[in-house]
Amino acid sequence: MSGRRLRTALAAVVAAAGLAVSGCAPDEAPQAAADGRVTGTVTVFAAASLTESFTRIGRDFEAANPGSTVTLNFAGSSALANQINQGAPADVFASAAPAPMTTVTEAGNADGTPSSFARNQLVIAVSRGNPKGVTGLADLTRPGVKVALCTDQVPCGAAARTALDAAGVALTPVTLEQDVKGALAKVKLGEVDAALVYRTDARAATAEVTGVEFPESARAVNDYPIVALKEAPNPAGARAFVAYVRSAPAQAVLAGAGFQAP
Amino acid sequence: MSVVLDAARRRGRVPAALLIPAGLGLIFLVLPLAGLVVRAPWSTLPQRLTEPGALTALRLSVQTATLATVLCLLLGVPLAWLLARVEFPGRRLVRALVTVPLVLPPVVGGVALLLVFGRRGLLGGWLDATFGITLPFTTAGVVLAESFVAMPFLVIAVEGALRAADHRYEEAAATLGAGRWTTFTHVTLPLVAPGLAAGAVLCWARALGEFGATITFAGNYPGRTQTMPLAVYLALETDLESAIVLSLVLLIVSVGILAALRDRWITGP
Repeated sequence: MSGRRLRTALAAVVAAAGLAVSGCAPDEAPQAAADGRVTGTVTVFAAASLTESFTRIGRDFEAANPGSTVTLNFAGSSALANQINQGAPADVFASAAPAPMTTVTEAGNADGTPSSFARNQLVIAVSRGNPKGVTGLADLTRPGVKVALCTDQVPCGAAARTALDAAGVALTPVTLEQDVKGALAKVKLGEVDAALVYRTDARAATAEVTGVEFPESARAVNDYPIVALKEAPNPAGARAFVAYVRSAPAQAVLAGAGFQAP
Repeated sequence: MSVVLDAARRRGRVPAALLIPAGLGLIFLVLPLAGLVVRAPWSTLPQRLTEPGALTALRLSVQTATLATVLCLLLGVPLAWLLARVEFPGRRLVRALVTVPLVLPPVVGGVALLLVFGRRGLLGGWLDATFGITLPFTTAGVVLAESFVAMPFLVIAVEGALRAADHRYEEAAATLGAGRWTTFTHVTLPLVAPGLAAGAVLCWARALGEFGATITFAGNYPGRTQTMPLAVYLALETDLESAIVLSLVLLIVSVGILAALRDRWITGP
């Protein structure tokens, strides 16, 4: 009796584990349909700064490829690169800088050579209306001005470091955020007076923040590379998505968000 | 004689229906730790351990977790006593509210703390204007975030101990003329000391591992608010091996301290 009950319980556990495992890979066989259109799920790992534009591009891609679903995973580029190198089942990787992409290509996880699809540069995000009157990087060192930067390990932090060095400004931030959205959130919440974020992030949040342009940002322009991944569960979908991001409609979305052409 | 032997054998036999899931449970808990140990870069371990960043984060973690535990003891033990010993309307609701941080994702807890103690928060603006105290991005903010997340563990453990304790000792103290405060300090607290210690240890361990509320409320700055879990998370961005080493250090220190405390204060059967 107890043995049978145990076996039943074990079977349930094994079945649940099986479900969990199969859940990682889309069970509808993902591949290009006969007419060349893409079906199935395309899993895209994209930099946090691409949140708004890739959400839009993903929807456009689905509309252009009926039967396809784009699943987006946004985070700091380096964290995404690590997840991919640890075997996360992604089809496409879009990074906010070449460095995280390099770790993926060096690990042999890229299918082909990454191509640049956009460029972005930093602005100073301040509370809407700029109550502290920030006009440039030098203002961020004034006493009473709290600043959030991205941590050096992620592209927006590396770019901020380059820009600050170019300006010769020694700045002590109150926090080093794990990605650009974290830095922006601290401005939105009013916990800091300013943060160095991408122009596109400031533009996506105009209801709450104002972006102040500064000349040194031209010294720290980030190239955004994209690549299909070697272990992609949906290789046809991966290649189609990469091609779509480089197409005119997607480039228009990116330009509208404030990205520069590659 | 044979009856006694039978009884002993019956007591000794472990049913497979319990043994197998127990074994699976143990494997499930231990396997990820084994993964850390196996993947650790043992050859470069000494030099990685002596990197100043790692030690700074470790020191900050131990300090803040200890301070958070003290704060939780000061506020949480009276709260547990109130819940266990005093009848008042809405007690069930209060008990449910106390456990909210347990079910709340810690990041949400961090946002909630910002909305109260932040510069534009309900209390934060007043604290800043009146006392010049700002909590976000400070070590005190780390302690606050950790306390918020860890206090329910202490309250639940102590309340459970209080409910299980024999009321008659307290009643005897009362009939002998002791007031409620004297009874609390001289009878109740010694009575629930093991439960109190277990709750404090649980609280400390939870505070030590706290991540979400801390990074949201206190931010991340080395030496000030970057605790070990934050250092591990950020190391993970670029350097998996360094993240593994930091995780191992946190694991060894916490297990070591817990084991030492357990031997000293929590004597099991």
